[in-house]
Amino acid sequence: MFNSIKQEAMPDHIGSRRQRIGYILAEYGIILAFIALVIALSFASPYFLRMKNILNVLRQTSVNALLAIGMTFVILTGGIDLSVGSVLAFGGVVAASLASDALFGPIVNPFLAAGAGLLGGLILGSVNGVFVAKWRMPAFVVTLGMLSMARGFTFIYTDGMPVPRIDERFLVFGQGRFLGIPLPVIILAVVFSLSWVILYKTRYGRYIYAVGGNEKSAKISGVNTRFIVFTVYVISGLLSALGGIILTARTTAGLPQAGQAYELDAIAAVVIGGTSLSGGQGALSGTLIGALLIGVINNGLDLLGVSSYFQQVIKGAIIIGAVLLDSFRKRD
Amino acid sequence: METDALLEVRGLSKIFPGVKALDNVDFRLDYGSVHAVCGENGAGKSTLMNVLMGIYQRDAGEIFIHGNPVSFLSPRQALDAGMSIIEQELNPVPEMSVAENMFLGREETRIGFWMDYKAVRKRAAEVLEEIGVKINPAIKMKALSLAQIQLVEIAKAISYDSEIIIMDEPTSAIPERDAERLFRLIEVLKKKGKGIVYVSHRMKEIFSISDTVTVLRDGKYIGTKPTRETSRDEVVNMMIGRKLEAEYVKSNTVTEEVALQVQNLTKRGVFENISLNVHKGEILGIFGLMGSGRSEFFEALFGAEPADSGEIYLFGEEKVHQKPHDAMRNGIALVTEDRKKSGLVLKSSVRDNISLPNLKSLSDGPFINRRRETEAVKKISDQFSVKTPSLSQIVSRLSGGNQQKVVLSKWLLRAPKILLLDEPTRGIDVGAKREIYAFMSKFADQGNAVIMISSELPEVLAMSDRIVVFKDGHKVGERPRGDVTQEQLMRMASEGLKEEESSRV
Repeated sequence: MFNSIKQEAMPDHIGSRRQRIGYILAEYGIILAFIALVIALSFASPYFLRMKNILNVLRQTSVNALLAIGMTFVILTGGIDLSVGSVLAFGGVVAASLASDALFGPIVNPFLAAGAGLLGGLILGSVNGVFVAKWRMPAFVVTLGMLSMARGFTFIYTDGMPVPRIDERFLVFGQGRFLGIPLPVIILAVVFSLSWVILYKTRYGRYIYAVGGNEKSAKISGVNTRFIVFTVYVISGLLSALGGIILTARTTAGLPQAGQAYELDAIAAVVIGGTSLSGGQGALSGTLIGALLIGVINNGLDLLGVSSYFQQVIKGAIIIGAVLLDSFRKRD
Repeated sequence: METDALLEVRGLSKIFPGVKALDNVDFRLDYGSVHAVCGENGAGKSTLMNVLMGIYQRDAGEIFIHGNPVSFLSPRQALDAGMSIIEQELNPVPEMSVAENMFLGREETRIGFWMDYKAVRKRAAEVLEEIGVKINPAIKMKALSLAQIQLVEIAKAISYDSEIIIMDEPTSAIPERDAERLFRLIEVLKKKGKGIVYVSHRMKEIFSISDTVTVLRDGKYIGTKPTRETSRDEVVNMMIGRKLEAEYVKSNTVTEEVALQVQNLTKRGVFENISLNVHKGEILGIFGLMGSGRSEFFEALFGAEPADSGEIYLFGEEKVHQKPHDAMRNGIALVTEDRKKSGLVLKSSVRDNISLPNLKSLSDGPFINRRRETEAVKKISDQFSVKTPSLSQIVSRLSGGNQQKVVLSKWLLRAPKILLLDEPTRGIDVGAKREIYAFMSKFADQGNAVIMISSELPEVLAMSDRIVVFKDGHKVGERPRGDVTQEQLMRMASEGLKEEESSRV
């Protein structure tokens, strides 16, 4: 599965041993960094590699990984979605409001509540998509506006208060386990697999890369470029809402302030994973590794008792380092 | 060194990985003269100019200005030593005024930082006056035509006190009338004792303004002749090093049946009332200058930028092309003018590029059938003998000729009936050109039709069965093969003369 991160054959002109090592470092640097970090942390803290902690990291990572997968679709077309954190909150409270008697009274079936949350994400994502694809506005501006609007809708909807008393059955989405594996991790695995199939096995996936690589050329080749661009924002909206549902179930309340600044971690995961912000280049597996790397850093540094202030510095340095590595790779 | 030349170059060589871009080139420019440098694409003209200006560093040889050896590490040093270049592609700052553009980086200031716009405008006006160019230095650059921008660039060079002015294909983007103005200015500069290096491959210009001509071919110095003592044929032969005819392959037979007919196709403000037809087995050439609406006409035919009005008939049936997919379904393929901008997805592989317009037929439901895809791509790319280490190679790593073959492969896989080719051989080597000509002939001969836009006159004349001329969005003429000369075509395209008038020329 990870071979898709390596998008091109090794160039012929790379001959000497030193160049070869440099190439491998640049090409697989993030995976190597990830492995090195895991080894280092497993020595530093005996607790780190325990199954319980591993599952914990995966569970903590799952929400950001979902947002980052949606973000990968968007960034591959050359766009950006800054509204994911707000859409997450919106989807989360919409689902919460139907899975609790606090707002409207009757509690509905948990799947119906989750479905309503997803619908909320789909609608907001579609609005982003229409403005970017149909009216050709810059994605940065549109989704920046949506970041504010969706957050506003969320506060208006809940009157600024958390939605408490969530139905036990709904909490399963965040706290349930299947064969000992947390449900959010299983949801992530399913979403990742589906996304991977869509991106690498279908026409639609190929069109996403083509639109991001050269929109004009894709259009001339008969691709309905506007439709493709529209859909990636819908996907991002849906996955953001899914993240919100999981978060609501995990925190046992629909929090209108949930997901603030989550767009930054999502973009960071995509960028660390080697996807080009200009579109058309990158891989879904890289995004997953990027999200895991961020999760492991947060978890490992927590275990070691490093202050969260330092964690931010380290995370930032890794983002810049990853992009630097990437620019070396592209320089050949 | 003893030399009375303004600029002298001896034994200059420049090596790029795998290519000797310049091989032992000699060159001499006298005071008050115009020295033309000519050669085909890839002959090394631009490399020579870049080495002279200090953009590239030479690997061997010597350069002297006023007899003093020089070695420029940057264009800035070349400028300071009195050498300027007017690039082929001009890059003015459109929102700034003419004066600000001329003195960019050398602004007049008071107390070190306060911009003195008035002084800058005054100096700009003086320089423009000196060379007799009537342009108001206060207006914004974006208000000027390409030709005027060029004159401003020349004024800028003069303002640097440049003794040597290099002009790289200065007439490639401007109409003939403006070119006349440029030539008059060159005369003025000559009288002032300046030396002009004039890079071009247009024989007519070279013979009307230059004193000396130097020919390069494949990076090698072929020779230098006083212009008065040589002929066009001699220079052309020096440039190509062989007979002209061998380059083209033409073997198709035109039939009676009309493949495509266009009636009064109009896109307001771009092109108007274009009517033409092309027969099965025919190659129709379209000749026109940049901005004549020729490429936009293709985009409308193909549905990429639909026309406002007019009809398109394919094999007698009217069709409407609102998007490229419509035209593709009707058997039309478009090879665009700029393969990097609109023909290819440069970051993607050869396989992904070729299969892009064909994915529907290579899929089972929404899923791509990888095996069928690879087989189809392999087959078509072998037919075009695309040279690539593997189908996973990123296309940006291929040569221009091979990139163009990838574009042709991706369209031919769809088995189109009508092929629209916009500058199909631009920027590719002679071998690949020949292969593409051979393909065009064969394709037409199989009962298909080709429309080819080209601004290479010899190519249009050699490959077309009929030639249609565009000017300013109008069709200004149509001629059968063999009944028109290069000069007549050029006049029709630049002055819009109707056939009757131009045939009297």
